[in-house]
Parts: sequence; structure tokens; C-alpha cells
Amino acid sequence: MHDKKIRVLIAKPGLDGHDRGAKVIARALRDAGMEVIYTGLRQTPEMIASAALQEDVDVIGLSILSGAHNTLCPRLMELLRTKGMDDVTVLIGGIIPEADIPALKQAGIAEVFLPGTTTQAIVDFIRQRIAKAARSET
Amino acid sequence: MGAEKKRDPSSALSSASSRAPSISERDWEAHTLKPALEKSPERSSSFTTVSGHPICKLYTPADLIGWDPGRDLGQPGEPPYTRGIHATMYRARLWTMRQFAGFGTAEDTNRRFRYLLSQGQTGLSVAFDLPTLMGYDSDHALSEGEVGKCGVAISSLADMETLFDQIPLGEVTTSMTINSPAAPIWAMYLAVAEKQGVDWKKLSGTLQNDILKEYIAQKEYIYPPEPSLRLVTDTIEFGARNTPKFNPISISGYHIREAGSTAIQELAFTLRDGIEYVEHCLQRGLLIDDFAPRLSFFFNAHNDFFEEIAKYRAARRLWYRVMRDRFGAKNPRSWALRFHTQTAGCSLTAQQPYNNVVRTALQAMAAVLGGTQSLHTNSLDEAWALPTEAAATIALRTQQILAYETGVTNTADPLGGSYFVEKLTDEIGDGACEYIAKIDALGGMVSAIEHGYPQREIADASYRYQIEVDRKEKVIVGVNEYLTEEKPIEILQINESVARRQSGRLRDLRSQRSNAEVDRRLTSLRKAAEGRENLMPFLFEAVKAYATLGEICDALRAAFGAYEEAAIT
Repeated sequence: MHDKKIRVLIAKPGLDGHDRGAKVIARALRDAGMEVIYTGLRQTPEMIASAALQEDVDVIGLSILSGAHNTLCPRLMELLRTKGMDDVTVLIGGIIPEADIPALKQAGIAEVFLPGTTTQAIVDFIRQRIAKAARSET
Repeated sequence: MGAEKKRDPSSALSSASSRAPSISERDWEAHTLKPALEKSPERSSSFTTVSGHPICKLYTPADLIGWDPGRDLGQPGEPPYTRGIHATMYRARLWTMRQFAGFGTAEDTNRRFRYLLSQGQTGLSVAFDLPTLMGYDSDHALSEGEVGKCGVAISSLADMETLFDQIPLGEVTTSMTINSPAAPIWAMYLAVAEKQGVDWKKLSGTLQNDILKEYIAQKEYIYPPEPSLRLVTDTIEFGARNTPKFNPISISGYHIREAGSTAIQELAFTLRDGIEYVEHCLQRGLLIDDFAPRLSFFFNAHNDFFEEIAKYRAARRLWYRVMRDRFGAKNPRSWALRFHTQTAGCSLTAQQPYNNVVRTALQAMAAVLGGTQSLHTNSLDEAWALPTEAAATIALRTQQILAYETGVTNTADPLGGSYFVEKLTDEIGDGACEYIAKIDALGGMVSAIEHGYPQREIADASYRYQIEVDRKEKVIVGVNEYLTEEKPIEILQINESVARRQSGRLRDLRSQRSNAEVDRRLTSLRKAAEGRENLMPFLFEAVKAYATLGEICDALRAAFGAYEEAAIT
């Protein structure tokens, strides 16, 4: 098992200020024992990638409700790759049309959580994913 | 629970703390209720509204001891306006069916507007995209991926002229959902009206222009609170002199609720925001009855039917008392709280989206029973994307069915006198008053925002609600119960060609206008912003020279600075 706390960066990319989901997830992950850093609003992909590197996070959770996900997510994934952070799990939640999901996963997004997802489902997903990554390392 | 009072609904028939049961109730409890409960116990140990407010098993005349219908209810069109602001209510004139719309370029949205008007919609409501809401032009680096997505892209007067092409501004009423850049966008609207030859005195509509709720909830702010409030005060002052039929502000609880607040918090924070704006206008030297009649409000219509109705009724009564007692308003039009309602976007589910039609219809009915002046009904597909034309049409038809088929419009305040509704109206009003007193004690709303007080109250309420949903203590059909396999529905796609077309338009604009004139106007705007003059005339001259929204907002950024919040999670 993982002996150190899972570190998660919750980020709001783009111009959208609707932060209810980001805040609820940040609190739920913290209550589940994870170390959570919230970037605050209006972060560019560049700012998110540097924060992720600096904070040495295992997971980045993006909250996007504005429809800008197809532009913002691939750019972030590209930046993570150039920084050698391919092992970071990136998740998105928000208003995401189903038709956009395959391309987002293709770009390297680990999972897309749609409205109505329980916080427990997200906690479980992160734990399983990190445990699997830890097993494959050893 | 912050300032919200809990009472114990299980210990007695009604509120144990507020009253003792009457003899007939005691008889009923002993002879009828008790055996019934033994046979079939209640489904839950407690019953609460969607906001967590406790509800008793029955309400009776004993709940209304101390309630005075003369003082607390009144007649429609008379103080305290609990029963509505018009004597005739919907028997004379229905509410305005005002569907919020905007996407893509100004041409795209102009087409949707003309379609909605041809289908019987009675007022326009403009949704702007995020770059516009944040004061960036469509070709700004931060606009990438966002142009035309959440609303229409408006970067200059040229776009505004296209948006209202063939729509006579003297005949329609227009609501514009814009806040931080509200003043320059309104200046563009006034310029279009002037070009159409429409007298400003005939212009009717609403500017949202409520910056306080942006710091509290929606977070689309640009400048710090004080210069932002100065801009709001400038528009209210300018409106009082030049546009007597236009509402320069719509003090909004909608977004506070969407951010996860309770009904009581929505009401309290909204009215306290209203008080803050009034205080700023009075400090400016305006007389209360010269501007208060044009203050308007905007509330959410969430799932809990009676709680929402009680909220609207309490809002009118409280605002009347605030205006009369706190501000000494003498004009009855200053006392009457007029409001727009939108059904709750946050209640829409991505799962089984057709269920959203039913949710929206019930929420809209609550708004009508609560006496709204105008209404937006959400479309069934909005948990996925902006609405398709077909989905937007069903949403409009929902209002028409309410208006013409259900009969709820036949009498004013149909629920007035209901023991339950009157008691709940009192409780929600009392809860809101406690919050208002608390914010007064913190030194007003700007100070409360700087303390993070309303933000924290909302975050706590929203997290509590999420836990209740996760634990299935609150059932959401199709989400945590009654799940089915589904096929995706058809949704509206906004493609990236919108951004390219907008960038092209901006390039043309910058090459065709007099850039020297634009520079002159922007310089005088910045200088005025550093002083104390009303900025509306300077904004009007700048937009008429086709200065872009981004350029104007940058000039103000140079004078005012930018705001950054300390994030609360």
C-alpha cells in the first residue's frame, strides 16, 4: 500500500469562475485523507503544469464548465509530457459532451467525471489508480 | 448551520419551541396520529427542504399565532407586498417570458433572438461568452477556446449592432447578463439605440450589473470591490437621469444559489447586497426615491416547491421593510421588490435529461406561484451543453403551458393563507434577517466578502448537500436512484470557426476605425477613472469611436487594478 498521502492538485483552467464543483471535490478528497492543493481560478495550462511539478502531485483534477476543454486539456497534457510528468494522473469534471470524451482520453486524460458522479467514486478511482501505479513501480 | 435556526420537528406536532399544541391537536395526536404511526411509521426520522430546513408533519392555525394578516400579508399591490406587487397580478398581464440566449457570433445569436421572438417570446435576454464577461476581446490570448462558447462574443459596438440587427429596441425589452464590464456593454446598447433613432427614455430592459455576487459566488470580477461599486453607482446615477424605464441593476441571488447556498442564504445575501448598493448611491448624494424604484432582483427557482414560494414572498416583505424603515423611502415604487426568476441550472441532471423538462416545469410553477415578473426556463440539455433550438423551444412552451393551461394565473397569490406557506415565509424571512444582522455587524457586505464570510457559508452548505446526495439522504431521480442505461442526446456544438471569424472582424475593425480617436477617448476615460466623475459619458464616447471592450477594460484596469481572491475550499 501507499505509505505517503496521495497528493492532488485541483485546478480551474480557463476564464470560468464556477468553482462549486472544484471546491466540493477538494474538500471531499481532503476528507478522504489526501493532500489537496487548490490553484484558485483562471489558471493557464502553463500555470497548472508548473504548479503540478512544484507540488510534486500524483493527480491533477481539472474542473471545466465553459466548453473550453477541447482546447485546454490537450495543451496541458502536452506540457506535462515535455516536463517529463507523464506519470501524473489527470482527471476532468464538469460540463463535457459525451462526444468529446474519446478525444480527451486519447490526449491522455485518465477519466472524465460527469455531473452526478459521487465524490466517493472519484476517491475510489484515484486510490485504485495510485495503488496500481505503485504496484507497477515495484 | 450559520445563522439558520433549527427547530425540532419530531418532538411535537409543530415547532415545540414556538408554541404548545392546541387541545384539538392533542386529541388528534393521541387518537388518530399515534395509532397511524404505530401502523405505518414515517419514512424518515426528519423531513427537510432541499436546503436542509426542517419541516413539520402538519401546520395548523396554532402555527400562525402572532401572525397578523393585516401587517404580514396585506393585499396584492399593497405593503408589505407578500401577495405580489400588482393588484391584478397575472389576471392583467402575464410575466415576461424571457429566455436567456447567446452563443457563437453576434450573427448566430441575432438569428436565435429573431426565432424566439417569432415563437411568442416577449423579451430578450443576452448571454455573453466568458471573454466578454471578463473584459477580454475575442482575439486575446486568454480567450482561446472560450470564444462564443457560453454565450455570444461581443468585442465592440460593431458586434452589438449586428446582435440587434432588425430588432427594434424601442419595442422589445432586453436583459443583459453582464457584470464587471456592464457599464461599457450598456454604453454599446445605448449607442445602438441612438443609431436606431430610439429615445433613451423609451428603452426598457435590465442590466445585471451586480458585482457583489460575483465576489461571493460566480467569480467573474475584474477590478477590486470599491472601484467596481463606483462603476455600479455610476450606472444607477446615469440611469436615474437618462433612462427612466431601464433597470440599471438586477441584484441576483441566482448565482449564489447555484454556487450551493441554501434558500435562506440566497435571500439574505441578495438583500444585503441590495442594501450595500443603496448605501453607495446615498453616499453619492442620490435621493432614495430617485433610484430605488429601478432596482430589480433575480432569484433562483430550485427543486423545493414550497421553500421557493416562501422565499419569494419573504423577499418582497423584507425588502419593503428595509426600504421603508432602514432607508426611509416614501415612494411605493421604491418599496415593491420586482424580480426575475430562472429555474435552477444546478438541479439539471446529465442522466435521463428528459426528466429535466419536468423539474423545470415544477420550478417554474413555484416562481409563478411566488409572483415573479419575468421567467427563464432552462432547457433539458443544459447539463451537457448550451441548448439546441428544439430544447429551447420546449423550455419556452413550458412557460406557455403554465400561463395558459394550468389555471395558476387566475388569482393573485393562490397559496396566501396556507398555514404551511405563511409559517415557512416567516421562518425564511427570520433566517435571512439573522444573516443580514450578522453582515451588518461585520461592517457591511464588502467587509464580509473580504472576511470570506458569505463564501465560506456557501461552501459549507454546498458540501453538506453533496454529502446528503452521496449518502442518498436526498434522492435525485436518475442520478442516485432509478438509474437506467441511456443513449447520448443530440447537443449544440460550437466550433472553433467562431473564434476565427471574430478575430477577423476585430482585425478589420482596428484597420477601419480612427485609432487616434480611440486613443484620445481611452486616455480621457482612464483620466476620468482616476478622478471622481461619472464614467458613463466617457464610456459612451469610447464605444462610439469603436474602442473594443478589451481596450476599454484595460484602460480601467490601469486606473483601478485587478482583483484576486483568496480561495476558500
